[in-house]
Amino acid sequence: MSDNILEMRSITKTFPGVKALENVTLNVKRGEIHAICGENGAGKSTLMKVLSGVYPHGTYSGDIVFDGKVEEFGSINDSEERGIVIIHQELALIPFLSVAENIFLGNEQLTRGMIDWHKTNAEAAKLLARVGLNENPVTPVGQLGVGKQQLIEIAKALSKRVKLLILDEPTAALNDQDSAHLLGLLRQLKEQGITCIIISHKLNEIEDIADSTTIIRDGQTIETLTMDETVTQDHIIRAMVGRSLENRYPEHTPTVGEEIFSIQDWTVYHPTQQDRIIVDNANLNVKRGEIVGIAGLMGAGRTELAMSVFGRSYGAKISGSAFMHGKPVHLKTVSDAIDNGIAYVSEDRKRYGLNLIQDIKTNTTAARLQKLSKRGMVNANEELRVAEDYRQQLRTKTPNVHALVGKLSGGNQQKVVLSKWMFTDPELLILDEPTRGIDVGAKYEIYGIINALADQGKAVLVISSELPELLGICDRIYTLSAGRITGCVDRKDATQENLMELMTKVKD
Amino acid sequence: MSETKGLVTLLTRNLRQSGIYIAFVAIIVLFAILTKGVLLQPNNLTNLILQYSYILILAIGMVIVIIAGHIDLSVGSVVALTGAVAAVLIQQHQLPWWVGVLAALATGLVIGVWHGFWVAFVGIPAFIVTLAGMLLFRGLTLLTLSNVSISVYDTGYKKIAGGFSNGLLGGNGYDAFTLVIFAVAIVCFAFMQWRSRKARISYQQTVESMALFIAKIVAVAIVAMAFAWQIAHDRGLPYVLIILAVLIIAYSVVTQRTVFGRHVYAIGGNLSAAQLSGVKVKWVNFFIFVNMGFLSAIAGIVFSSRSGGAQPAAGNMFELDAIAACFIGGAAVTGGIGTVIGAMVGGLIMGVMSNGMSILGIDQSVQQIVKGLILLLAVAFDVYNKRRAGTR
Repeated sequence: MSDNILEMRSITKTFPGVKALENVTLNVKRGEIHAICGENGAGKSTLMKVLSGVYPHGTYSGDIVFDGKVEEFGSINDSEERGIVIIHQELALIPFLSVAENIFLGNEQLTRGMIDWHKTNAEAAKLLARVGLNENPVTPVGQLGVGKQQLIEIAKALSKRVKLLILDEPTAALNDQDSAHLLGLLRQLKEQGITCIIISHKLNEIEDIADSTTIIRDGQTIETLTMDETVTQDHIIRAMVGRSLENRYPEHTPTVGEEIFSIQDWTVYHPTQQDRIIVDNANLNVKRGEIVGIAGLMGAGRTELAMSVFGRSYGAKISGSAFMHGKPVHLKTVSDAIDNGIAYVSEDRKRYGLNLIQDIKTNTTAARLQKLSKRGMVNANEELRVAEDYRQQLRTKTPNVHALVGKLSGGNQQKVVLSKWMFTDPELLILDEPTRGIDVGAKYEIYGIINALADQGKAVLVISSELPELLGICDRIYTLSAGRITGCVDRKDATQENLMELMTKVKD
Repeated sequence: MSETKGLVTLLTRNLRQSGIYIAFVAIIVLFAILTKGVLLQPNNLTNLILQYSYILILAIGMVIVIIAGHIDLSVGSVVALTGAVAAVLIQQHQLPWWVGVLAALATGLVIGVWHGFWVAFVGIPAFIVTLAGMLLFRGLTLLTLSNVSISVYDTGYKKIAGGFSNGLLGGNGYDAFTLVIFAVAIVCFAFMQWRSRKARISYQQTVESMALFIAKIVAVAIVAMAFAWQIAHDRGLPYVLIILAVLIIAYSVVTQRTVFGRHVYAIGGNLSAAQLSGVKVKWVNFFIFVNMGFLSAIAGIVFSSRSGGAQPAAGNMFELDAIAACFIGGAAVTGGIGTVIGAMVGGLIMGVMSNGMSILGIDQSVQQIVKGLILLLAVAFDVYNKRRAGTR
C-alpha cells in the first residue's frame, strides 16, 4: 500500500547506562536515495546496526518493516537474505584475495560442490562492468586504491541481489574524482530500482544526490526533509547541532612571527619501489603563530611528506635539509623529531594515534612520559593531574580520564590525540586531516583549538582534503601535485578554483 | 574535597580482574574442604610453593613478553640449559656454587640477547625465533650433559631451593624469624598504602572510604599472618619464597610505574601508535627478551637446585604452564593487557588445583584435562567480557 520499502518505527536501543536511540522513526521510499545526517555519536551507526541485525531482534524495542513485512533479524545473514546490504566505512575486503574471490566471498560460485573459477571470474567481470570498474577480476584487491575497493564492495552487494544498499561514509577516504564516480554510480543504481541509504558528513554531496534526508540528533529523529531547492546546508547543520553555526570557522587574527621550521630540497622515495619519487624537491616554511595548509589530491604525497619529516616514519632515500629556527636539525628517528619540538597528529587516529585499549590518561602522556618521570619511574599522580588539565582545557566529553579511549566518539578521540601532542610541548604541530570523520560541532571546537595553539606561538601545518576547511583556517596554503610543491597562496588570494588548478598542475 | 567510593564499585570496576581473585579464593576453599584441610597444612603449603616457584618465576617474564604481543616457547629448554651449565661447573669442575649460579645467569642473558636480536632487530616473529630456540637450547642441553643426568651434591647450591630461614631467631616449635619478616612486610605494606592514599587525596582523586581502607589492610594482614603462621610451623621461610617475593614486587613496579613498563603496554596495545609516539620499539623488544632469558636462568637454577642436579629432559613443557598462567591471569591474547600479579594468581590457581587433585589421588591424566579446560574457560570468559563491554 505504502511506497515505503523500509519503515523503522519507534526504535529504542539502550546500552548499560546510555540510551543510544530513543523512539527513532525512519521511513525510506522505494527507489530513492535517502541520506542520514547527524553528529558523531548521534546514533546513526547504532540505527544501521539495528537494521542490519548486528544488534539482533530482542535487544531493541520497536518494529522494522521491510518490503511490507515485519522483520526480526537475528544476524547480518538474515538481513542480507532479504536484500539489505551494508557497506562500512572501513572496507572489509581481503587484500591478498582477487577481486572475484572477494566479490563472492561467502557466496562462492559452485559446480558440483567445487568452486567454478570460470563462472566466478565471468560473473565478477559482469558485476565490475555494472559498477563501471575496468579491472581484471583476478587482480589482488590489495593492489587497487581505496576508490576502486569501494566499487568492489558495491559489486559484492550487487551479487547478493541487493534491494536496499546502506553506505556508511562512502566518500570519506575518496578524492573528488572517485567521489563523483561513486555518486554517479548510486544514481545509476537508483534507476535500476535499488534503494540507497547514505550516511555522510559531506553536506554538499547530500544536497547533490539525496532525495530525502533524515536528521538524527542525540538518538532522536529531528526531521525528515524532502530535498528540493528550498533546503539549504545551513538548515541541515542547524538541525544536526541544534544551534545555528553562524560561521563554520571561528574568527582568528593571526600574529605571525619569525620562521620556526623549514625544509629545503626535501626528496623522498617510495619505501619498496626504489625508483619512485614520492616527494620531489619540496621547499616550505612555517612561522611562529602561523597556520599553514597543505592542499593536494589523494596520492599527491601530503601525508608522506609529513611523515618523512617526522623522524623518517615514511619513505626511503630521504634527502634535503630541515631547519628549526634556521639551524639545521637531524630528524632520523621519531624521538629526534619530538626532541626537536615537532609533533605529528596522524590522519588515522585509531591506527596511528591511539592505544584504544588504554585509558585517556595513559594516551595523553604516551609521547612524553619522560616529562613525568624521575629515574625511569612515572609519577602517577602528576600524570593524572596533567590528563585532567587537558580534559578540561579541550572540553573532552567523558566522565573522567580513566575512560577507555576506544569508547569515545571520533571528536573526543581527536581531542585526546591533540592533548597527547600538546603535552610534548611542540613548536611545530603537523595536523594531518585533523577533522576527518568528526561531526560539525566538534570540528568547530577543533578549529578553535588550532587557533589557540597558533596564538600560543606555535607553528601549525594542516593537511586537509577539504578545501573549504583550508580556506577557512589557514593563513597560507601550499599546493602539492604529484610530489611537487606547485604553489603557495596567501589566504586573501586563495579560492577553491585557483587552489584546484595548482593541485592538478603538472610540472615538467 | 576528594570523593570516596565503596566496596561494590571497587569490586565491579574491573570484573575480569577481581573475577580472577574471587575464583582463586573459591578454588582454595573448595580444595581445602575436599582434602579435609590437608591443602592448607604447613607441610603441604610449603611444598606447593617450592613446586610451583619456577613456573611463577617464568610467568613473571612471560607476562611481559605477552603484554608486548609476543610469545616465548623456549623457556623450558632455557631452564634445562642454564641448570645444566650450573651443574656441570659445580659437579664436574668442582667450582664453588656461586660460580655456577653466575654462569647460569650469564647463559640466560646471552640466550636473551640472542632471541632479542632476532625478534627486535631482524624482525622475525617471536613464535618462530623461540620455537627455534626451544629445539636449539634443548640440543645444547643434551650436548652439555652428554645425554646423562648429573647430580649435584654441593650443599650451598642445594640450599637455594631447599633452604629455610629456620631458627635464626629461635622459637618454640615455630620459626620466629618467619613471623617477624611477615609482620615487618605487613607494616611496610600498610605504610605504603597509607602514603599513596595521602598522595591521592592531595591530588584530589577518588579514594575508598576510611573504613574500607582499614578493612582492606586488616584483611590482607590476617591472610598473610595466617599463611606465615602455617609455614612457620613447618620448616620456616623458604629462601625461594624470598626470591619470588622480591621478583614479584620488583616486576610489578617495573610494569606499572616505569617508563619501560609503560612502553611495553604501548607496544602491545598499538604498535604503530607507539612507534609514532617516539617509543624505541626495537630496544624495548630487545630488553623484554633479555629479561626473559635472565628470569629463565633464575628458574633454571631454582629447578636444578630443587631436583638436586640437571637432567636432559628438565623443564619440558614449562613454557606451556607459564603461558597458561598468564592467560588464566587475565593477559590478552592480542597483547596490551596483563599484570604480573594476575599471572601469579593464574599460576597459583593451576598449582592449587594440581596439588589438591594429587592429594585426592586423582590421576595425572584427569589433572591435565582439568588444567586444559580451566585455561580455555578463563580465556573464553575474557572474550565474553570484551564482547559485552564492546557492544556500542
